[in-house]
Amino acid sequence: MAAIKVHGFHASTATNMVLCCLNEKQVEYDFVLIDLLTGAHKKPQYLALNPFGVVPTIQDGDLTLFESRAILRYLAQKFKGQGTDLLGSTLSEEALVYQWCEVEGQSFNPPVSTIVSQILVVPRRGGSTDEAAVEMNIEKLGKVLDIYEERLSKSKYLAGDFFSLADLQHLPHTHYLISACGKGDLISSRKHVNAWWEDISSRPTWQKVAENMKVN
Amino acid sequence: MAMIKVHGHHLSTATRLVLCCLEEKQVDYELAFVDLSAGDHKQPQYLALNPFGVVPSIQDGDLTLFESRAVIKYLATKYRGQGTELLGNNVSEQALVDQWCEVEGQSFNPPASTILFQTFVVPIKGGRTDEAVVKMNVEKVVKVLDIYEERLSKSKYLAGDFFSLADLQHLPCTEYLINGCGKGDVISSRKHVKAWWKDISSRPVEESH
Repeated sequence: MAAIKVHGFHASTATNMVLCCLNEKQVEYDFVLIDLLTGAHKKPQYLALNPFGVVPTIQDGDLTLFESRAILRYLAQKFKGQGTDLLGSTLSEEALVYQWCEVEGQSFNPPVSTIVSQILVVPRRGGSTDEAAVEMNIEKLGKVLDIYEERLSKSKYLAGDFFSLADLQHLPHTHYLISACGKGDLISSRKHVNAWWEDISSRPTWQKVAENMKVN
Repeated sequence: MAMIKVHGHHLSTATRLVLCCLEEKQVDYELAFVDLSAGDHKQPQYLALNPFGVVPSIQDGDLTLFESRAVIKYLATKYRGQGTELLGNNVSEQALVDQWCEVEGQSFNPPASTILFQTFVVPIKGGRTDEAVVKMNVEKVVKVLDIYEERLSKSKYLAGDFFSLADLQHLPCTEYLINGCGKGDVISSRKHVKAWWKDISSRPVEESH
């Protein structure tokens, strides 16, 4: 059976989310580099896979799939029974996984990706960091993390006492927030968030992926 | 068995999404009104259900759940086999449903809901609609709809030739864009998007709202 093909970019948070999930599920894959720096993601060949022109996209037999969070759910469902269980054990637990996945996608991701974009990406493109935007989004992110702090004081992981897609979704951006943006205090100043971060970021499946995300 | 309780507001797009889904799945529910104008959603009683202080939240027996897109996935999964099938017929179709649900949540909803916010919420709070912000977000919505136009020229609905959660997710916001914000031309100027919209907005469940 042909291995799953992942079209992505080594520094992309969304790509690394998918690679981490493949590792957790012990699924083989081939990595196809889409070099964002040369605009490969906007060329017809890639747009034929993903008309939104963003990475990653996967191919699994006849199925072409994009949107990293949808890819995660597909892999977690298709490969249920091998590797780490990422969807909880019951329908109610699965619902809570989806709830905290949505929280990541709707409340955590917008501010954190703005911070990372302003600090990491904008200067590399010749612009200058909008400090006001960074400050505003640090405040937003802080409010979200306060809710996480309360949640994680009662629950080992976000969806319950089990690691799941919801925790996994937070890995790539939080990694950049700490290691490349110098905003680690947002995590380390919150006791339970910090303990949760130490736990999930020390998973070997993640450490392998984090190698792709070293920033000069 | 106790009915599902939906805590929400009848005008909230996220609440309407959940109610629509319950009706498609033919599931009985009771609606507990959360008075947003009175700030109920920020009171301890509601925050105990949803610490983010937004509507809706549902209670189904012991389970309390928030985030409308997670709620509808839960309902579509739990009630598989009754009402409308909303997840496709196999793992691959379900993956495509999920993909287009993410497109709605990540690419369509942010600009569309910003237009709604500027049009409806800002004036209620005593401010003035920022037309430059509206214009910028209409441009973003239009770029997304161009991709939908291409997709819907090859597929009856977003995930395939079957109605799904992905189409459902677009109903509440698009209805307001057309009927409240006067932006109907973004839909009606695109042949296949227009046909798709006519189809999904005329489903009996949707017409009852």
